[in-house]
Amino acid sequence: MSAIVFDKVWKEYGDHIVLEQIDLEIEPRAFLVLVGASGCGKTTFLRMLLGEEQPSRGAILLEDKPLKPEPDFDRGVVFQRYSVFPHLTALQNVTIGREFELSGACGRLFGTKRRAARADALELLAAVGLTGHEDKYPSALSGGMQQRLALAQALMRKPKVLLLDEPFGALDPGIRAEIHVLMKRIWNDTDLTVVMVTHDLREAFELGTRVIAFERPRDRPEERERYGARLSKDIELWPKKIAGSAAIWTRHGPSGPQA
Amino acid sequence: MRAINLRPSGSWRLGLALLPFVVLLIAYAIGSHIRLAENPNDKLLPSFAAMGDAMYHYALQPDPRTGDYLLWSDTAASLKRLLIGLAISAGFALVVGVLIGLLPIMGAMFGPFVAVLSMVPPLALLPILFIVMGLGEASKITLIVIGTTLKLIRDVALRVGEIPREQLIKAQTLGASTAQIGSRVVLPQIMPRLIDSVRLEIGPAWLFLIAAEAIAADSGLGYRIFLVRRYLSMDVILPYVAWITLLAFLMDLGLRLLQRKAYPWFEKARAA
Repeated sequence: MSAIVFDKVWKEYGDHIVLEQIDLEIEPRAFLVLVGASGCGKTTFLRMLLGEEQPSRGAILLEDKPLKPEPDFDRGVVFQRYSVFPHLTALQNVTIGREFELSGACGRLFGTKRRAARADALELLAAVGLTGHEDKYPSALSGGMQQRLALAQALMRKPKVLLLDEPFGALDPGIRAEIHVLMKRIWNDTDLTVVMVTHDLREAFELGTRVIAFERPRDRPEERERYGARLSKDIELWPKKIAGSAAIWTRHGPSGPQA
Repeated sequence: MRAINLRPSGSWRLGLALLPFVVLLIAYAIGSHIRLAENPNDKLLPSFAAMGDAMYHYALQPDPRTGDYLLWSDTAASLKRLLIGLAISAGFALVVGVLIGLLPIMGAMFGPFVAVLSMVPPLALLPILFIVMGLGEASKITLIVIGTTLKLIRDVALRVGEIPREQLIKAQTLGASTAQIGSRVVLPQIMPRLIDSVRLEIGPAWLFLIAAEAIAADSGLGYRIFLVRRYLSMDVILPYVAWITLLAFLMDLGLRLLQRKAYPWFEKARAA
């Protein structure tokens, strides 16, 4: 079984073809990194995975079932910016996932459920290294800390897939190296499949188990409208990185460089 | 040093802030003095003493006919209308604005409608309100509501639209329903912005209140100003105008303090 399958997916906006013929199988617990020049459809790809946009043709399957046509709790996400809620403290930003899950329209929990949510949130905050900052608002946190918070927030809901949209692109190199360590640990310890978009190749090979690239095979100005980007590189990293000890690592689909 | 880099410090800042007020008062005092020297019965620019005397009668002595202390009874009547009007307006705008801003269907249905309605000049509706609702409190409050709520609705809807798409997506990936997104993500972030919008609507609200009171009322600050205008009583009108200004300023200040106290995250988040 594959975690995510792209079955001949095309995305067009009117006459303009952005992506064409995307065929892709992503194994469970893979860390797939998507790289490519700007305008190659990276963001469109991620938006389709999120459910924010629908493929024009083809289908996307999540654990063999068609993807819901709107964002939902099975796919967590961390964006480059605006990922956390500015009006909630760090702790509230993490507990809110549980509150959405268990409560009604007002989105609040009380009593034991509230205490349990708080305890779990504190644990997650500690895991991402934010102990001592629980009661700060995001505006009082540095960029790196905000992204750590966003990770904790996304993990609270235990998503099957974690989508990362250039999450560390705005961070200083030192901070980025620290958060890479955290990201590897999260991927290794948590039962999830990660799909990350980045334009930093070093980051891609540092974190990923598999790196893919989108490219337009025909990129002359007069061709650009009618030919979208295709999957041009698919590199499985060697030696294989395997998440967790009990990981099931069956290989599907194409592997190795493919021109 | 360049002018853009000269920043006044604490006491300088206070002094600079007070300066225009002091200049205005001095200019008035000089003008008043010149006119009164020519004609002691001049009513146009009464002396500060004359205004103080008039206010002493209005604020501290009961009106011989009704037994009311007029300044306070007028203030109470006006503030009641104004605050009820603004409260209804803000509450209505919050609900409708969030619905229009958050739900594309509501936006498609009511967005253009509100945009057109907000162009109706509210004062042109005043006669209709008087005809339909009579001359009592309801018509005055309704004028304030009509005059302010449509702009507030548009403003709230725009602010909702400005909430980054990432936040709404994020909330959905955490499993939030539409109602939960409304109550936990949108409403708390809109409240401080609504306070800003209401602050801007305080001026128009007073305008509509005074217009309504001027035409048909038996109490209120606007009513009094237009009543004593018949006697050219500038010694009453000018202090009343200053008092209205002060009230409006205090309301603005109060809302600003409320915003800072109730939404401590807002100032920095807005700057970011």
